[in-house]
Amino acid sequence: MRESPFDMRDDCGPSVTMTSHKRLQFKTYLLILVMIVAGPMGNLMLSKGMKNIGKITTKISSPSELGSVLARVLSSGTIWLGIASLLTFFVAYMLVLSWADYSFVQPASAMAYAVVALLATVLLGEVVSPLRWAGIAVICLGVFVVGHTSPRTTENP
Amino acid sequence: MLEVLFFSLIVVAGTGGELCVSRAMKQLGEVHHFHPAALIKVFLRALRVKWLWIGVGLMTVGFFSLLAILSFENVSFVVPVTALGYVAGALGGRFFLGERVNWRRWAGILLVCVGVTLVVIGKG
Repeated sequence: MRESPFDMRDDCGPSVTMTSHKRLQFKTYLLILVMIVAGPMGNLMLSKGMKNIGKITTKISSPSELGSVLARVLSSGTIWLGIASLLTFFVAYMLVLSWADYSFVQPASAMAYAVVALLATVLLGEVVSPLRWAGIAVICLGVFVVGHTSPRTTENP
Repeated sequence: MLEVLFFSLIVVAGTGGELCVSRAMKQLGEVHHFHPAALIKVFLRALRVKWLWIGVGLMTVGFFSLLAILSFENVSFVVPVTALGYVAGALGGRFFLGERVNWRRWAGILLVCVGVTLVVIGKG
């Protein structure tokens, strides 16, 4: 039995028929999907947690206050949930960076910017102006353009 | 002014940290196996790479700057502005990691910049 360099399980089964390029693409896009859901949810929870604490620049005027604000940040359940969600994002990101170019993955993950704005209006009631929506749409267009370039350039097969 | 400081830290430290992490993971090599035991092994190996720690340190600075700005700005404004990291990311990918950034990627990155500008104008 030949061993496929791209098997994701020990018993590779029928998936061996997939070309290595397709497998690489599948792995890449699956992990990017995890990234664009977990990342935005994490940011939303951080935002909610920090808004509960209040504007930190007016709260901190001495080093002892920095300590008490930090203690409040670290004892907020919402912030820890946000951190857990961002860690999920981070693990997916680290995995995908082990084979895909950084300058490919980072823009591809920018879909998360649209997801953040969408979820912020729905879940947090934030008001997004038409110009801001336009800006986010242009960001996504940029992502689309970048997404059509090769995922790896440093070591071409 | 504080906003500018926090955004700069998020973009420069955050992107710099990600570049270091990318370098660390390339040093480890492509991840082929996705079952938990194999992932833990990859994780433990990653902890021994110097670039990973530099990257995590920089990303921590970026993270606390993000928390600070989220305490008084909307997340739907803050997160799109942090997309400014794309310029830094492309430059870093090109010069720090030796990736080839073709004209199409540059065009996409330029569009992202235009989008971020609209988001900032759209705030007022």
